[in-house]
Order: sequence, then C-alpha cells, then structure tokens
Amino acid sequence: MSEKNSGEKGDILLEMRDIVIDGYSDDRWHEIIKGVDITLRRGEILGLIGESGAGKSTLGLAAMGYARAGCRITSGSIIFDGMDLMKKSAAEKRALRGTRIAYVAQSAAASFNPAHQLIEQTVEATVRRGIKPEAEARADARKLYRDLQLPNPDTIGERYPHQVSGGQLQRVMTAMAMSARPDLIIFDEPTTALDVTTQVEVLASMRRIVEQFNTAAIYITHDLAVVAQMADFIKVLRYGVTIEDAETRKMLSSPEKEYTRSLWSVRSIDKKEERSDDIILKVDHIDASYTGSAKVLHDVSIEVPRGSTVAIVGESGSGKSTAARAITGLLPPSSGQILFNGKALPPTLKGRSVDQLQKIQMIYQMADTAMNPRHTVRDIIGRPLEFYLGLHGRARDDRLMELVEMIELNESFIDRYPGELSGGQKQRICIARALAADPELIICDEVTSALDQIVQKGILELLLRLQREFNLTYIFITHDIATVKAISDQIVVMFQGRVVEQGMKSEILSPPFPEYTELLLSSVPEMDPDWLTGLLKARAEGARATN
Amino acid sequence: MNDKDDIIPSEGAELADQGYSAAAEVGVIKARRTFAQNVWRGLKSAPPTALFGLTVISIYVIFAVFAPLLAPYGEAEIFPMSYAPWSEEFRFGTDQLGRDVMSRLIYGARNTVGIAFVTTLFAFIIGGGLGITAAINNNGWLDNLLSRSVDVLMAIPSLIFALILLSMFGANTLNLIIIIAVLDSTRVFRIARAVSLNVVVMDYVEAARLRGEKMFWILYREILPNIMPPLVAEFGLRFCFVFLTIAALSFLGVGIQPPTADWGSMVRETAGLIQFAEYDFTAAMTPMLPAAAIALLTVAVNFVVDWFLHKSSGLKD
Repeated sequence: MSEKNSGEKGDILLEMRDIVIDGYSDDRWHEIIKGVDITLRRGEILGLIGESGAGKSTLGLAAMGYARAGCRITSGSIIFDGMDLMKKSAAEKRALRGTRIAYVAQSAAASFNPAHQLIEQTVEATVRRGIKPEAEARADARKLYRDLQLPNPDTIGERYPHQVSGGQLQRVMTAMAMSARPDLIIFDEPTTALDVTTQVEVLASMRRIVEQFNTAAIYITHDLAVVAQMADFIKVLRYGVTIEDAETRKMLSSPEKEYTRSLWSVRSIDKKEERSDDIILKVDHIDASYTGSAKVLHDVSIEVPRGSTVAIVGESGSGKSTAARAITGLLPPSSGQILFNGKALPPTLKGRSVDQLQKIQMIYQMADTAMNPRHTVRDIIGRPLEFYLGLHGRARDDRLMELVEMIELNESFIDRYPGELSGGQKQRICIARALAADPELIICDEVTSALDQIVQKGILELLLRLQREFNLTYIFITHDIATVKAISDQIVVMFQGRVVEQGMKSEILSPPFPEYTELLLSSVPEMDPDWLTGLLKARAEGARATN
Repeated sequence: MNDKDDIIPSEGAELADQGYSAAAEVGVIKARRTFAQNVWRGLKSAPPTALFGLTVISIYVIFAVFAPLLAPYGEAEIFPMSYAPWSEEFRFGTDQLGRDVMSRLIYGARNTVGIAFVTTLFAFIIGGGLGITAAINNNGWLDNLLSRSVDVLMAIPSLIFALILLSMFGANTLNLIIIIAVLDSTRVFRIARAVSLNVVVMDYVEAARLRGEKMFWILYREILPNIMPPLVAEFGLRFCFVFLTIAALSFLGVGIQPPTADWGSMVRETAGLIQFAEYDFTAAMTPMLPAAAIALLTVAVNFVVDWFLHKSSGLKD
C-alpha cells in the first residue's frame, strides 16, 4: 500500500443519489432520510450539519452502505469508487470498511475496548485484512501517533483506553481510522464531547492528517464554527432533507435559508451587562474535597449580585460544578462559609430549613436524568408547588398552568411523560420546576450544552425574560463562551479548583487577559474558515517568542 | 436513542425551513396508548409459552377465588368411605379420612397459592423496602448493618433454618408466613439494593434531596417506580420458590396444618397409594395429582417470568 491513494485528487469518490432511509418506531417504518444526494471528490471534506434528529449520522453511516439496527436503506444508489454498495453483499461491504472507508465515532471512550492496548486496536483491522504485516502496521501506528501530536508517541500505544485523556483517545481513534490509509473517513461528531481547549488540538491534528494523505472525509457535527474549519463544502440537513448546500465560504458569508442562519443564532443574543451592589450570595473563601480524595476547591470566593447573571466558566475538572454543589449543600465545604442574603447558610443539606432550600433552586445539564421518567409533567412541576407553597387541587393546577405558559408550552404537555418530550422541552420543564419553588437564586449547571444551537437560543431567551420579570439571580455554569457572552453580567473564570478572575463581562472579555483566560477565549471556534489556521500560526509564533 | 425518532414529525419536509417554536418542537405527538391497549399489544406479541403460562395461572386463580362454588363437597367434609376409588361420586376418590380429593385439590389452590402469595408479598415489602433504603444510604452505617445481617441470614441453609424456627415457634399459618417471608426477604433485599443503586445516582433523586424530601418519598415515589420491572419478574420467581418451600414443609408435616387442604400435605397423606399401582392404577395416581398441580403452576409462572424478563431487558431477539 502506498502512502498516496491510487486516484487523483478531484476524481469522484462517492456518489449517493436519492437516498431514502427508513427507521422503525411505533410499529411502523418512518422515512428518516428523504432523498438526499451527496457527491464527494477525492481529497475533499464535506461537512454535514443539522440539529439532532436531522439524520446526519444515519446518512454518514449510509455512506458505508450501513444502516443501524432499526433502520433500512430503502432506495437510492451509493456508488463508492465505481462500486454500487447497494448491490454488494454484506461480506463485500465488510471488506471495504476499516480498509477503504473508516469511521470515527463521537464517544471515543465508549468505542474502545477497555481490555486491549490502544495500539492493538489501532492496527487490528489493518492486520486482520492482511494489508500490512503486524510489525509494519505497529511502526506505522507509532508514526501516526507522532503526526497526530500525541505525547510519547512510541509508548502511548501500550496504554489502555482509561489511561489517556478524552482528547488523546479521540486522536488515537483517528490514527486507527488512518491505519489502513482509507479513501474515505467519516467523522461523526468527533469533538463534541471535548473541552474547547482540547477541541482545538484535535481539530488541528485531524485536519493535518487528512490533508497529508489526501483522504476524503465526511465531517458530521452540529457546530457550524467547527465545520467551518474543516470542510470544503457544507450541507445543512433538517428532518432528513437537504436545506442548503454550498461551498464553505459562501455558506458562511451569505446563507440563503432562514434555517441556516438560525443555526448560529445563539451568537446573536447579546445581553447588556448591569452592575449591582446588592449581594445576594457570597461564597467566602471555601475549600472543599470529596471524601478520600484531594482538594477540588481551593479558597474559592464568589460574589453574586441580586438580579444579575454570574457565569462560571472553565473546562471540565476546573471545579465549577463542585462549587455549585457546595452552594446547594450537597458537598459541605471543609472551610469557609456561604452567606445568603447576608446570613450564613448551614453547610450541609440536612442543616438547612425548607425555607432556605426553597430560595436556591438548581437546573441540571441533562434534563433526561433530572426528571423522573415515571412522573408526568404535572407531578414534576406540581411537587414543588405542594411541597414549598402548600398548594393542592385546583389552586395547584391553576398555578401549574401559569408556569407551563410561562415557559412557552401549553396545556397539552401537562400529562406527558419526559420520554415524550424533545430535549428543549424537557429543559423547559426543568426550568418550570425550579420556578415553581418561587426561588431567588437559580443555579444553571450547563443547562444548554446538551442542546442544539437553535434550541439553546430559545432556552437562553426564556431565562433572560424570566430574569427580567421576576428579578431572578442566576449562577450560570458553562464551558461555552458564546453562551457566556449571550447572557452574563459577570464572569468568574475557574481553573484547577481556583478562581482565576472575577469581574464584569466587559472587563473579563477585553484584554489584557491572564494566561488561562487567553487560552480559553482563543480556543472558541469562530465562524471564520481561516480561524483555526490563524490561531495555530499565532500560537506557534507565541511559542517561538517565549523560547 | 429512540427518542430521536420521536422528534421527527411525519410531514417534516414542509416544516423544514420554518422558524423556531418550543411547543412545536416535537411536532406531531402520537396519542398515548391506554393501559388496556398496552396489555393487548403485549399479549399479541407474547410467545406461546407465555400464553400457556398465563392461561394456566388464570385457571388457578379462578379455582382459588371460586373454590366454594366449584368444589363438589366441603373442604373438610368427611364421608364414611376412606380411600374410595375414582368414581362418578368422588372424581378422584377419597383420602385416608374419607374426604373428597377433588374438592381438597380445589381448596388447595386457594390455601397453598394464597399463602405463598401473601408470604411473597411480605418478603417483598420487607426486602424491597430495606433494599432501597440501603441503596439510598449507600455505604453508610445503615447499609452496612443491613447488608451484613442479610449475609449472615443467607449463610444458613434456609429450609433447615425454617424447620428449626417453625419447631421453636410452633407450626401455624401465621408463623409460617412470617418465617418464610423473613428468610426470603434476604434475596429480595439483594436484588432491590442492586437495582436501586443505579437509580440513586440519577439527578432526579438528587433534585428530590435538594428539595428537602423525606426518605419515604424518595423511596416510594422516586426510586420504586423505576425499579418495578426487575422486581415484578423477581416476584414471579420468588413466588415459585416460596410455593415450593411451603409445599416441602407441609410434606414434612410442619407447614400448613390439617384440616386445611394443602397440596404438599395431600401428597404426604396419600403417598402410600403409589405402591398399589399394579392393582389399581387410578388410585396410585391420587398423590400424583397435587404434585402435578404444584409442578404445573411452577412451570407456568416461570414461562411468564421469562417472557417478562426478556421484555424488560429490552433485548429485541
């Protein structure tokens, strides 16, 4: 096998025509993909974007002639390098996968076998298909690790999946896909689960290696800014149909469809910051640790003014969620205290009165797990009304209706179970549950990070409106800088369990930055196809300068 | 991941390029099935073994409920002829005291099955309650105390332990129910604790604790509904074991006491007839009838439990 692929750049590699895919649910088949075309040339990257349920992943898998369990490709043609995959037998298709077409999954952690070394898994397909002898494949894998800028490329392959970080694992999976030098790689949301600072590195190494070997790729994501860095062409999907299809620069500068514009709508919200000196919550020099492990919070102090939004930002492991747990009383701090309305809050949950619990409510990241799947919306929102306000019967139901309307849903939702709602609706119900308690402070823990852009915008606008109407105070925990810009008044930057800085939004987001804030801010992908190239160049120059 | 499918409205193409509205997000919502529709759907897809099991169980239940109407004679009605052969008058003959075997078989359904059912229910209330409590208190002192006590109880062979306790406290129905229920609740405790541990870590349980809910609410409203499927399946299995244990104890003479009709003791009382098989085959079958009743019910319940476990495990085939 040569380093270069056999075909020339610009030859058509994959041609999918009129693809229709059915999914099975409720005892019948529904069309998930309704006649989509894809044309991909060698060396090109196609970005597939759309919200969840748009059929991006299903379409990506169909490029390998594969349909997930419960799905079937009903019509259309998939011509890969002159072969019609629809007419190939399962064995023939299997022979192509992993050798000529490779797949990089979203969750690297869930896709590796925890019982085998990384390098064994990297070369497995290549060796078993007899493309390369094992020793050669291993040597090549180490070279790929180096190309992907993994630390200790010669020995990292001997580790097991749990011994490396998520970003590293995602790069190892890219090496695995590259091992057989496929003609086509399908990236299915490869960086969605990563922190922004890690995402930049992974994106850069993926892009480099795809260019190096002139591989064609389909890059699936819901983040337009990410796809702008990777793709030559972008296809926007919604409900299984193509909304818009254009060259990347053209798509970004002049999108034709309303829906395409709405995909980056979060970035269009802009809250005017307000200053306030009436401090509702004061976290005063707290330390905290989980039993039997090292300290996770070091001398954290945060001040939250009434009626404003304080965003706590940082990457995973920075202690931002732990700080929230300390405020709610789930994790009593080992030293320091928390003042609410000027009075010290008892450190433990048990020590707090119902009244104190009522005033601080929490909204979770995963609305799925934050609501009991066996309770109806009526039970979920009604419980705090009964519990805190003592409302029953008619009075409770009337208030329930008001709350449901407040979150822009209607009566028809009241007797549904969470499983019957979409992600955005679930999160709205969680907001209503928090509101039902009539709180003063709401802690929002990554409440929008599991949602699509367009739904995020709806949720953020709702939160802002509720804040104005009820003078609510928010602590907004997030790693997404676009969200922070959209809704915060003040920003707290956390890193490794310490507060790096706290201040008004305008102060924090304008230079000069402390080193970590700079890294965090510069890592947020921008809607500019040259952003990644520019950033890498700037960072390389910065590194040279410090040397 | 199934909920992805729910988001796709059937006429998605027309909606594709419209603005955003929270209420319309799900699009067309399917009407929820009623309980009866769900049961009917389940039955339609049930394998033949499960249908067989359900039929058998229903017949047992009918006999148990309507025993006085269905039995030709009273439960303890004594006729002058003991060990009467099978005839028009006494379908399955009479036993050593001259009681009609068929009537006692029918009343036996009520007694044996009823007592086993009540015992299993108690075992689940005790074991399930403590198991979930232990899971909420995960690794705290209460969890450790309960778990270790259960280990101790489980280390003793249960049939022998039951025999000892019954001879200590006296063999009456109440003691029987309590002793078997306590011994069997150890198994229920284990499974309830194990399945609850997966639920206790969910955010909604944390949300309930943050709200300030009491332990009982969390146990009963937040956790219990989410662990019902495995518990119901386990209920079927445990019921079989309890049922067999009671039959075994009755056979040994310390279970359900005469004159209450019970299948285990009926086997014992008429067991001697087996040796006359070469002279009167039907008479020799008399002890086999209650034994067969026990076996058939056990098999039927197991068929249903297998089907239920398969359904709740979410495996497709």
